[in-house]
Amino acid sequence: MSGEVAVLGVGMHPWGKWGRNFVEYGVHAAREAIKDAGVRWRDIQFVSGAATVRCGYPGYVAGATFAQALGWQGAEVNTSYAACASGSQALAAARAKILSGACDVALVIGSDTTPKGFLAPAKGYRPDDPDWVRFHLGITNPTYFALYARRRMALYGATEHDFAAIKVKNSEHGASNPYARYRKKFTIEEVLNSAMVADPLRLYHICATSDGAAALVISSLDYARRLGVRNPVRIAAISTVTPRFASGEVEMPDIATDSAVAAETHSFRSSLAPKAYEEAGIGPEDLSLAEVYDLATSMELDWYEYLGLCKPGEAEDLLRSGATRIGGRIPVNPSGGLACFGEAVPAQALAQVCELVWQLRGQAGQRQVEGAKVGITANQGLFGHGSCVIVVK
Amino acid sequence: MKREPAIEGWYTLDEDQPHLIGSRCVSCGTYAFPRERYFCRNPDCESTQFEDVRLSRVGRIWSYTNACYQPPEPYVSPDPFEPFAIAAVELEKERMIVLGQVVRGVGVEQLSVGMPMELVLETLYVQGDTEKVIWKWRPLGAGATGQTGERPAGGTP
Repeated sequence: MSGEVAVLGVGMHPWGKWGRNFVEYGVHAAREAIKDAGVRWRDIQFVSGAATVRCGYPGYVAGATFAQALGWQGAEVNTSYAACASGSQALAAARAKILSGACDVALVIGSDTTPKGFLAPAKGYRPDDPDWVRFHLGITNPTYFALYARRRMALYGATEHDFAAIKVKNSEHGASNPYARYRKKFTIEEVLNSAMVADPLRLYHICATSDGAAALVISSLDYARRLGVRNPVRIAAISTVTPRFASGEVEMPDIATDSAVAAETHSFRSSLAPKAYEEAGIGPEDLSLAEVYDLATSMELDWYEYLGLCKPGEAEDLLRSGATRIGGRIPVNPSGGLACFGEAVPAQALAQVCELVWQLRGQAGQRQVEGAKVGITANQGLFGHGSCVIVVK
Repeated sequence: MKREPAIEGWYTLDEDQPHLIGSRCVSCGTYAFPRERYFCRNPDCESTQFEDVRLSRVGRIWSYTNACYQPPEPYVSPDPFEPFAIAAVELEKERMIVLGQVVRGVGVEQLSVGMPMELVLETLYVQGDTEKVIWKWRPLGAGATGQTGERPAGGTP
């Protein structure tokens, strides 16, 4: 696909554990985005909702639910479910509609209400569902994060101190973010003294589950021009590629990898960014900042390599050099990341894009990355879903 | 007590040398666990024919961790909950990695990447008068031959 779309407006509902219906958060974020865009709700021609199938959600169809809550006005509607990448796929659907000429301006919304503790599948005896199987064996999401973390320690010499240093860095970034759930600045000692959850990962290495919502209004570049918007922030690429056989790393929720007797192994998460770079016609050297999926802080190190910020095995050095702090060469997670937000599944990939938009507009306040011009998101979750979005100014 | 598999048909119930039951594509040779029944996962293979195979019961640790908090249902926890280790074990012949709990009594401090492990059966939970057994990984040589997996494996060879 070629061509860019303009981001006219962004909005969020603060992340937290509010215990209310997800529709309320979604409408709040949508209204913020519409106001930010300087359009009216009745101008929106396409509503693209990001969905989940768990927790407070079963039975709801996101796009129509939000369209009705905002007041039916005849827009076309779409709902995307792609686990943690639901937000990116809802964004991709709206972008495709605009680039094909089928609409000029669209609203994209993701919102969630989550339970306390682990996310879990439906009950009963259902061995055909890999998600059921792994939970029956006591294998939760942190199990997978910890397997990757321990592997990094064995292969590249990552330490628990490195994993804690990422929590400290991101907590300093997110401390001034009004949408972040956790705004406390952590110390290394606090992280290393927190309870062990999945060795080597402790409570403060692993992200919580949160309530929250994020929304964007996007349009054709022509529409933005007609609206009088000069130099809008633009979406230059969206990658939502699936894994390639044979996928060589254990991926949630599978109990086993592909067998590689008839094909080479591939790394799923390292395949997401190259497609986005190719689509945008840029490379990692062009980036000003990145928002990556730190489901566990250790996974931020993996993303440094998967995004090409450094070579495999050099992420620990990049972290220790301070390059990924605000003020460094390539700040990562200036929003505070999942460490400060906790994950609100269908909203999270959109929240990452919202942060890039604020950064590129120069509206990020104390967490502003100076001179930010190009940003990338990275996101990944269950069932072979993941995404990278590139935003440019 | 009766012994029954916690998941029906996924592993042999041979107490000495249990195996996971996987499938092998008759066309391209790709293995799968759990068994593939309909379509080969290799995108270059259109086969729909598979044979059941016993997967290698020995492999090396790709990575490992543990569960310090009680997982949610459908995990069935003993009361009180007992933390357990988990290993991702790489099977050389099948070129795949299979996850599983590590036997009771072996903690993460006794594991390392590259360590050889073997498959055994152990109780996952008790339901009435029935022990539901599951496959688990045990450090190779840690248990006496013929051990049922009922007794604590001890951990050190």
